[in-house]
Amino acid sequence: MSDTQTKTAPASEEGTERRLNMIEAINEALDVTMSRDDNIVVMGEDVGYFGGVFRCTAGLQEKYGKSRVFDTPISECGIIAAAVGMGAYGLRPVPEIQFADYIYPGLDQLISEAARLRYRSAGEYTSPMTVRSPFGGGIFGGQTHSQSPEAIFAHVSGLKTVIPATPYDAKGLLISCIEDNDPVIFFEPKRIYNGPFSGYYDKPVQPWKRFDASIVPEGHYTIPLGKARHATEGEELTILAYGTMVHVVEAVCAEKGVEADILDLRTIVPLDIEAIEESVKKTGRCLIVHEATRTAGFGAELSALVTERCFYHLEAPVERVTGFDTPYPHSLEWAYFPGPIRIGEALEKILAE
Amino acid sequence: MAERPPAEGDRNAASAGDNRPALSLHVPEPKYRPGDTVDFSHIQVPEAGAQARPDETADPKEMLDLAHDLIRVLGEDNKAHGPWDPKLDPETLRTMLGHMAMTRAFDERMFRGQRQGKTSFYMKCTGEEATSVSASMALAADDMIFPSYRQQGILIQRGYPMIEMINQIYSNRGDKLKGRQLPIMYSSREHSFFSISGNLATQTPQAVGWAMASAIKGDSRIAATWVGEGSTAEGDFHSACLFATVYNAPVILNVVNNQWAISSFSGFAGAERSTFAARGVGYGIASLRVDGNDPLACYAAEQWAANRARANAGPTLIEFFSYRAEGHSTSDDPSGYRSAQEREEWPLGDPVMRLKNHLIAIGEWDEERQEKMDLEAAEYVKKVTKEAEANGILGHGLHHPFRTMFEDVFEELPWHLQEQSEQAIRERETKFPEGLPNGGKGA
Repeated sequence: MSDTQTKTAPASEEGTERRLNMIEAINEALDVTMSRDDNIVVMGEDVGYFGGVFRCTAGLQEKYGKSRVFDTPISECGIIAAAVGMGAYGLRPVPEIQFADYIYPGLDQLISEAARLRYRSAGEYTSPMTVRSPFGGGIFGGQTHSQSPEAIFAHVSGLKTVIPATPYDAKGLLISCIEDNDPVIFFEPKRIYNGPFSGYYDKPVQPWKRFDASIVPEGHYTIPLGKARHATEGEELTILAYGTMVHVVEAVCAEKGVEADILDLRTIVPLDIEAIEESVKKTGRCLIVHEATRTAGFGAELSALVTERCFYHLEAPVERVTGFDTPYPHSLEWAYFPGPIRIGEALEKILAE
Repeated sequence: MAERPPAEGDRNAASAGDNRPALSLHVPEPKYRPGDTVDFSHIQVPEAGAQARPDETADPKEMLDLAHDLIRVLGEDNKAHGPWDPKLDPETLRTMLGHMAMTRAFDERMFRGQRQGKTSFYMKCTGEEATSVSASMALAADDMIFPSYRQQGILIQRGYPMIEMINQIYSNRGDKLKGRQLPIMYSSREHSFFSISGNLATQTPQAVGWAMASAIKGDSRIAATWVGEGSTAEGDFHSACLFATVYNAPVILNVVNNQWAISSFSGFAGAERSTFAARGVGYGIASLRVDGNDPLACYAAEQWAANRARANAGPTLIEFFSYRAEGHSTSDDPSGYRSAQEREEWPLGDPVMRLKNHLIAIGEWDEERQEKMDLEAAEYVKKVTKEAEANGILGHGLHHPFRTMFEDVFEELPWHLQEQSEQAIRERETKFPEGLPNGGKGA
C-alpha cells in the first residue's frame, strides 16, 4: 500500500526547499496546468483582476490573459452551465464557486447536466470541469460561509469529490482533477488555507511553513484520485477523516497519546475502500469524523461500508463524530464544531469497548 | 363565481384595521377552453414586408420595436415582401419544403409507432417545422446546436441518418445512446447537435458557454440554442441572456413560442404582459419577434442573427411566434384543456402550406409535385422504419449488453460500480438460468 503512505516531497538542501501554504499551492496547480494546456480556463466571481477573495487565482489573469482567466456574473447556475458548454467545445474549465454555500444555484447544472453528460450521450460529449470551492467552517462565516456539502455531491452518480488536507496534496490533487476527464468537485477546507488546525480555536494558528506537508515541489506532479493518505499510523483504532478534521484528530490523538491509524481520505468519490478495509481489519475499531451535519452525512456511508465489509473484525461499534444537525451558527461556531471534546469523548468510548 | 368576502382573519391581516382595499391574486387564464368558440382577432398580424431590417451590426437600442412587432415576409398573396425577404432561389425553397415535409412525415409515423406500442414516448413538432428547418438552413453545418426536444427538423435538415433517430426512439440495439435516453433525446456530435437533456432550458446557458469557448479560441463557429416559451421561465434562461450579453457571445437564443407548455398557456411564462422577444431588450440583446409559421421570415431572422454573431457584434434573441398544433407529447391530450378550434383559427396558418403556396405562386411548384413529394416522404420514412425495426423495438428482448448500464458514468469504472455491475449480472443469471435470450447478447 505504498500509495497510502504519507508523501513528503524530497526536501532539497536545508533552508532552500519551498514551503507554501494551501492558497499558494492551489495557485501553483492552476499555473502549472494552464501553462501546459491552452484549453484550461479559470472563471468565477472576483477571480480575474483581483485574484479571488482568498487569492487562489492571484496573478493568473495577468499571466494568461483575460480570455483565459475572467470574472463572472454572480450566477452559479450560469458559471457551471457555461463550463458545461465550454467542456462540450473542448475546453477544460476550472470554475470557482466563491463559497461552497453558494453552489446550490448551480446544482441542476452539476447534477443533471455535467454529471450525466457522458452517460446520456454515450460518450459523445463529456464535461471535464473541476469546480473549486472553499468549504467548511471555523472562520466565523456564519451559516452561509461555513457549510460542508460534500455528501450532496458524493450522492450524485457521475461526480468525483476531492478534498485536500495539506498544501502538498492540494497541488497534486488539483492537477489530477484538472487533468481528469470527468467533472470533479474540489472542496478547499478554508480553515486550513494558512495553517493546519488543532481544534483549539483559542490557541494561535501555526502557519503551514512549520510543517513538512507544506514542502511543495515546483512544476508538475499528481496525486491519484481515489487514494487515501496515512496521516499517522497506529494500531489502536482507525480514524477516517478528510480536510480540516484530519489535523484536528491528529492533534487530539497526540494530546491523548492514542496511536491511531488516521486515514486522510483525500477523495470521497471514488473512495479508497482498500485502504479503509486494510486499516480497520488491522485495528478492529473505526471512528469517522467530519465537520458536516450528521444525518445522511458522508460518515453514514463510511459507517455502512465499514460495517458491511469489516464487521467480523470490529471490536467496537463504529463511531461518528460530526457537526450537529443545525445550520452553522455564527456566535456559537465553536459549540457546533466537532472539536477536541467531542472527539475525545468518542475516542474514550470506542477504546473502552 | 361570486367573490367570497374575506374572512375576518384575512381581513385583519390584509388591512390591519384601516380602509386599505383587500388585495387579490391574478392567476392567468387562457382565452379559450374546450368547446369555446375561438376568436384570435386580438392577435396583431402586421402586413408582411412592413418591418424594417436594421444592419446586422446595429446597436440593439436602434431596433427596440422589432421585439414587439412581428417580422413577416410571406403575404396573403403568397409572395415574398420587404427587406427581410432572404431572396432564396427556387431550388433552396424546394429543399426547405422537402425537409419540412419529411419532418412532418417522420412525426406522423413515429406518433403512430408509439400508439402501436413500438416505443414509450414521442413528441411531434407539427406547425413548428419552420422554426427548426428554415432557421437551421441559415446556419453553417458546423455551427453548434443546443436544442430543446422539438427540433427534429434540424437533424433532418442536417442530414442525420433517419435510421439513427428511429433506433434511438426504439431504444433498440442500433441505438448509439445505448438505450439510456427517453425517446427523441438525440445526440450527434458529428452533426454539431448537442445531447438533448430533458431538463428544461439547461441547454441555453450551455450554448452561451460553447459560444464563449469559440470566441476564446478565435474560432469562427457560432452556437444556436432553442427553447420553448414556457421554459424561458427557468433561471437558466436568465443566466443565458446575462452571460450572452456580458461576454457579447456569438450565440443565437431561439425561443419557440408555441403558446402552450403542456396544459399551461404562455401566460404562465409572462406572455400576458410582454413578448418573449422583449426579454432580450432589458439585457441589451438584439431581439427579434418573428412569424414562426413563415419559413422565409424564420430563415431571414436566423441568417441576420448568424451574420451578427459571426461579425463579433453579439448575441440575438429571436422569438418565433407559432402554435403547437398537436399535443405536447404522446402522453398529452390537449382536448382536455384547450379549444380544438384554436388550431383551425390560428391566424398565421401552417408553415408547410405557406411555403408550398409561395412556390406555386412564383411558378416553381404545383399540387401534383407536392402530392408526389409527400408520398415519397411517407414511403421513405416507412422504409427506414422497417430497417430500424430489424434492430428491435422498445421492450422486446434485451437489446443492450448488460455491462453498458455501468459504462460512461465515469471514464473508468470505479470499484463500487464494478461491484454493482457484478450484482446486476448475477441477477440476470438468476432470472435466466437456461442462458440469456438473444443468444446471450444480453450479458
